[in-house]
Amino acid sequence: MRSSSNLERVLAAGHFAVTAEIGPPMDCNGEVVLEKARLLRGCADAFNITDCQTAVVRMSSIASAVLIMREGLEPVMQMTCRDRNRIAIQADLLGAAALGIRNCLCIAGDHQSFGAAGKLKGHPGAKNVYDIDSIQLVSILKGLRDEGRQQGGDEIEMRPPLFIGAVWTPMGDPVDFRPLRLAKKVRAGADFIQTQGVYDMALFRRQMQIARDMGLHERVAILAGIIVPRNLGMLKYMDSAVAGVRVPQELMTRMAKARDAAGADKAQARVNQEQEGLRIAVELIEQARETPGVRGVHLQAIEWEHKVPEIVAQAGFLPRPVIPASA
Amino acid sequence: MIVAERKSLADIKSFVAGFERVLVVGCGTCATVCLAGGESEVNVVSLALRIAARAEGRRQEVLEDCITRQCEPEFVAAVIERVRRQEIDAVVSLACGVGVNFLAERLGDVPVFPGLDTKFLGASPEPGVWVELCAGCGNCILHLTGGICPIARCSKSLLNGPCGGSNNGKCEISPDVDCGWALIVERMKRLGTLDRLMDILPPRDWSSSAHGGPRRVVREELRQLAAEPAEKGAAVR
Repeated sequence: MRSSSNLERVLAAGHFAVTAEIGPPMDCNGEVVLEKARLLRGCADAFNITDCQTAVVRMSSIASAVLIMREGLEPVMQMTCRDRNRIAIQADLLGAAALGIRNCLCIAGDHQSFGAAGKLKGHPGAKNVYDIDSIQLVSILKGLRDEGRQQGGDEIEMRPPLFIGAVWTPMGDPVDFRPLRLAKKVRAGADFIQTQGVYDMALFRRQMQIARDMGLHERVAILAGIIVPRNLGMLKYMDSAVAGVRVPQELMTRMAKARDAAGADKAQARVNQEQEGLRIAVELIEQARETPGVRGVHLQAIEWEHKVPEIVAQAGFLPRPVIPASA
Repeated sequence: MIVAERKSLADIKSFVAGFERVLVVGCGTCATVCLAGGESEVNVVSLALRIAARAEGRRQEVLEDCITRQCEPEFVAAVIERVRRQEIDAVVSLACGVGVNFLAERLGDVPVFPGLDTKFLGASPEPGVWVELCAGCGNCILHLTGGICPIARCSKSLLNGPCGGSNNGKCEISPDVDCGWALIVERMKRLGTLDRLMDILPPRDWSSSAHGGPRRVVREELRQLAAEPAEKGAAVR
């Protein structure tokens, strides 16, 4: 065991893993995080805590991770390269490990110009860091954990037992480079991968085939990303504006039908679309599970976290396996 | 070239409004080529300052000059001499920031104000457009990336391939910005060297870049040559 995290144990025991995402609030209200934690307890093996996603200032991922641990949930602390140099990143990794955090997802982070895709002011004038990239972050974390060495070469006594995650955008451009980039992340030392949201299952399976041909599925646990769609507008937005997310026309047609079935009743149209969205999510989970090489799913119900238990139940994932730490 | 863009005339006016004899100096190299601080821009700025002074009833004389380069002592010497001779009490430099610094350090108690915003090291792929192509990071890796710079042309200066924000060849920050890594991947495919991108580039030593503090290049052989007596130097040549 590299980290003895629950996520690592579940995967090692051969279970199909489930992770879900918790977005920290934009203020210092820890109760918001605790409330989400209570809502989601028991419905996934670990919970990603985002690190100022879409470049919006939110409660830090370390602090939020510690909060959900109080409620008995296991966090996957996300760590971006946008806001910290290698000194701050390593300091935070060591601190996180000391606080009991056992999973870390290494990502580049949305550019500071994002500001929640223009929905919020954000901080577009901020100076970014990007001292290192996500692949280098993976290798630095591996160096700390497996070689007891900081990036600069100084040795450390106690090594941080962190399960190392990275992300993969299988349908991102340039699409034929994506499997190669996944291979680099695996070679750098990633233990698990969470993918960008998958709607185009056919293309995802083609990319998975390439990853399998390279043997990557045996060296890293790939969790397919599922973003729960809420309405037609969201699907259209993700298809056109979110890099690396492609939504097949068929899914948009289904969502349009659900909306139109309500006629002029807007409230009903909303309910219909949400129900259809949940159905689509459960179907995508099923298709991901049937895809060879996929060892779990990563659920994102953005600002809709309370629906995760329902989805997980419908997908037949409950109860989650309990693997004792000593196993 | 160093690409620059003129500051607003209102800004420039505000810098020099309190001075009676102002010299506006252009720069004949980069600033001229990027149409920001050459002879004609000196003329425009000077004219605007004169009109404003007259309209506001201020006594101000605006003189014009444009030298080959504001970053070399032999060219700058003439400006220094002129400032002294004509008792100029403020200078507006239409050079890049290098020229402003270089003049400021040599003009004693006469203030030098920037007339331009220095943007980047770049080129003009089409009329009216300039793009950044080099970050001047001090340790070139273009041999590894098909001649296209990930540090200058990737918004995150990533070294190991495109992030998830690459979309139809464009960067997540704007549909007007090319994804540097999409360009690199495409270029290396054409060169048949895509497999080289499989190498993991380790964290970079940024000490050669601006992050390492003010930089200098010293070439001892040239220093020694310059220190030798003129005749001997001539004999060596």
